[in-house]
Amino acid sequence: MSDTLAATDLTKRFGDLVAVDGVTFAVAPGEVVGLLGANGAGKTTTIKMLIGLLAPTSGTARLLGKAPDADVRRRLGYVPQGLGLYSDLTVAENFSFVVGSYGVRSARLPAGLQQVGGRLVRQVSLGTQRQLAFACALEHRPDVLILDEPTSGVEPLGASRLWDRIRSEAERGVGVLVSTHSMLEAKECDRLLLMVDGCILGEGTEADIVGSTTATVVHADGWKAAFEALSGEGRIVMLAGRTVRVVDDDPEAVSQSLAEAGIEATVEVVPATIDERMASLATR
Amino acid sequence: MTYGARSLSVRFGTVDALRSVTIELPTGSVSAVVGGDGAGKTTLLRAMAGLVAPDVGTLDRPSQDRIGYLPTGAGSWPNLTVEENMAFVGEAYGASREELGDRTTDLLTRAGLVSARSRLAAELSGGMRNKLGFCLAMLGRPQLLVLDEPTTGVDPVSRVELWRLIAEAAADGAAVLIATTYMDEAERASSVTLLDRGRVVLSGTPDDVIGSLDGEIATTATPRRPEMSWRSGAGYREWWPEGAPDGSDVVHPHLGDLAIVSEIEANGRSLERPEEGR
Repeated sequence: MSDTLAATDLTKRFGDLVAVDGVTFAVAPGEVVGLLGANGAGKTTTIKMLIGLLAPTSGTARLLGKAPDADVRRRLGYVPQGLGLYSDLTVAENFSFVVGSYGVRSARLPAGLQQVGGRLVRQVSLGTQRQLAFACALEHRPDVLILDEPTSGVEPLGASRLWDRIRSEAERGVGVLVSTHSMLEAKECDRLLLMVDGCILGEGTEADIVGSTTATVVHADGWKAAFEALSGEGRIVMLAGRTVRVVDDDPEAVSQSLAEAGIEATVEVVPATIDERMASLATR
Repeated sequence: MTYGARSLSVRFGTVDALRSVTIELPTGSVSAVVGGDGAGKTTLLRAMAGLVAPDVGTLDRPSQDRIGYLPTGAGSWPNLTVEENMAFVGEAYGASREELGDRTTDLLTRAGLVSARSRLAAELSGGMRNKLGFCLAMLGRPQLLVLDEPTTGVDPVSRVELWRLIAEAAADGAAVLIATTYMDEAERASSVTLLDRGRVVLSGTPDDVIGSLDGEIATTATPRRPEMSWRSGAGYREWWPEGAPDGSDVVHPHLGDLAIVSEIEANGRSLERPEEGR
């Protein structure tokens, strides 16, 4: 079976700015791929080209093996971060309007939403709005799903239910691309792509993305003194609970800075988190 | 010194926004409150900031001018520049011009906003706007700093910078109360309070909360008891209150696992429950 989404050497320039710079990747049927990156890294521009809302400067975008025109877009389900609902329509009106525009006739509002069907979207909770956005995106049985931070603001059990839904779509062969900032969402994906400044700089599992980036964990009696002693000097210093972490730095230099400040501490070198890896790429 | 709330209940019409919530906010420390949309986080923060009066219970807060508050969605004036925002809020604190100038420069430097001084707040990226909101909340040298989801939707790079600023505020002696929907982020705080439908479900240091789990969590492709398991990646996580059977892939639990386990317990040890229609 062909890839659900494929970018080949995809590039987009806006004047002098290269928003997307020679990006190549694919999402196979049944695969959940996470697209990670800071704001402005080029994630949204890449997605817009993949679904045919923006013409590439060079390279090709394929949606379900075809040029992404309006016809093939009918087989796409998309949940943007803002959920893309009409706040002045009721829950039921939103559902029938969106579903109807995909050519689905006489669709029934899902059971969980029937109780609130007559209420305006802006009057229902964010959790209900999210359920509705998912229902709208899935009712026409799409072959590819694009989700932007799908579980942001959802408590852990609700999030696991949404992932269950996403996974059951993947299990029937849907390709899923998740654009996200959240490391918790990244952990839900089969494979990750890390975008920095328009390029894909890492691909694979969390460990592949982190690569050789390390964090030096500082165990000291008082975190504040250690934090103050290490801050500045262009270091990336983080607080995790009551321990201080220094990203991508020489542990001996860290120990020395602590000793010079008269702080007794032990240091330990561990793999960085994805967040820390991204922070270290950004400050380079 | 410790601020906080004791047995705090707040009711809006027929809705119990907070039900007997107790939280301790020691100075020099970062306390996180986590929960999904509608859990009661904002009401608790607004009560601590003096914007919502308790129906029942007591609040222990510093005087109003020593409280810094960053509401959700940035807390700045979009049509003022960064510097005008700082001046406008600074005047409200009654700071002298000189003192205000020094403080503004210091805060904007730490937040990396000096080069954005004359830009309109509306033109800043989300991460920069939240950092500006943070600086505004810090202007009055607060003893209690209340931050409502300062990192939601903010990219990881800006999030690291915000956390550095938050840690610095605590290192300077403020009691910091931060609301977040990100469970992994809450593990960065000194203490965490998990709210669900207005109630405290779990509280303590992240290590204590995670350590309080009865039994073990294992990952599996095919859960043996669906009512005790939930989706994670391509597989599932399964809770074994009496310890996992031999040969299970036992994992180190995280805060999100504890939140789900507490729901299983609240539902009589089953995740099956009617469709929510709140």
